[in-house]
Amino acid sequence: MPLPIGDTVGILADNLRIRKSVLPVSAKSAVAWARGLGLARGGETILYTGRMYQLMPYIEALNKVQEKIEDSWIAEYVKFGRVINRLINISALMALPSKSMRESCVKILVNIARLLGRAGVNFGYLYEEDLYSGALIYDLGVDDILEAHARRVMDVFKKYRVKKVITVDPHTTHMLRSVCPNLIKGYDLRVKSYLEVLAERELRPQKELRLETAIHDSCLYARHENVLREQRILLEKAGIDVREPAESGKFTFCCGGPAESLFPRKAKEYAKKRVDQIKKVSFRAVTMCPICLVNLQKAAGGEIQLEDISSYLVQAYCGG
Amino acid sequence: MALVNPGFVEEVRRSDRFNASACMNCGVCSAVCPMGIELLPRKLFRYVLLGVKDRVLEHGEAIYSCLLCKLCEVNCPAQVQIAENVRSLRYYMNKKVFKI
Ligand code: SF4
Ligand code: SF4
Repeated sequence: MPLPIGDTVGILADNLRIRKSVLPVSAKSAVAWARGLGLARGGETILYTGRMYQLMPYIEALNKVQEKIEDSWIAEYVKFGRVINRLINISALMALPSKSMRESCVKILVNIARLLGRAGVNFGYLYEEDLYSGALIYDLGVDDILEAHARRVMDVFKKYRVKKVITVDPHTTHMLRSVCPNLIKGYDLRVKSYLEVLAERELRPQKELRLETAIHDSCLYARHENVLREQRILLEKAGIDVREPAESGKFTFCCGGPAESLFPRKAKEYAKKRVDQIKKVSFRAVTMCPICLVNLQKAAGGEIQLEDISSYLVQAYCGG
Repeated sequence: MALVNPGFVEEVRRSDRFNASACMNCGVCSAVCPMGIELLPRKLFRYVLLGVKDRVLEHGEAIYSCLLCKLCEVNCPAQVQIAENVRSLRYYMNKKVFKI
């Protein structure tokens, strides 16, 4: 039988309500990427990670377990898991993330901070108070729990008198720019993705990369947030020949990732279709969302070389 | 036999943003949906509007399979806010069925 929807949604929502995150990422590991960078705490402009990249190794580990449970007799026992999870954090016991994946997510965030530094942007970071944005709970429609959590996030911004927020992924951008203003009265934060900030600053590359890659747009950037030109400008200026797969730009195909928490098998089948479209135009592809990256990487199984866009941008604009 | 409950749409509607009634049942959404969810969104929306609550409740998997990717929405000739409508259905299911 498939994973029981109500109990799985319930576990994730309980985690956000009780533990401020859908999956357990300790504050220590969530801020580890910033170690040694000397970023100021807080400030008028902050880099807000929303912990999406930090969560991905845990989501991937949990999905592996879910894939095994889905369609097995154990699925029936998820309902007991929800009751136990309120007392003991069972998702922490189930999801043991891989070291290599944790390292690559750290690297992506470091790359983004370096790029912003290179563009002359003055920004701080909230360290352990850089909370998860609640994106998955929004998607799952648990709006009451989401609203309470959004207020916690806003309280932190208020505490540090934040005015401008730079985001690193499309889900967090969408939450802060389009969802939170409808949830919080008097919301007046200015929110931009780091790709928009870099494109606006007309950064000049230090090195031309001379390679070709397909681009996989994020649905949220393309259809909700209208971030389409920026990534192409930055890649092309870096000397990259950007190849458009079938269904790209505003009509991009989804990576299937949003189905992963409830229907891991379907998510993988769908990601395989996208990988096949990408393969037709290049053996390389860039993504700009941690969910796209992980879901497509899993489906590709090494058939194409997938990288977060920041990996190429840092090589070109920071010289490596 | 499915029972018809004309008040059902009001139970699902949380705000003016639930605009399933704008749907003219053209089928574009089902044709472009990457998940191949034939039922979503038009048939499900129709069930909600007609108040066939049982039919909606038995399709929980379709409701939660939607990626909220909006590929259907950008192609919809009637500007139906499909993703937001699907989220309203989830909200209803979470509250009334799963008691979350
Ligand atoms: S594309 Fe829009 S109008 Fe056509 S069936 Fe779908 S929701 Fe209705
Ligand atoms: S938003 Fe949902 S129904 Fe519409 S195309 Fe995407 S997966 Fe299909």
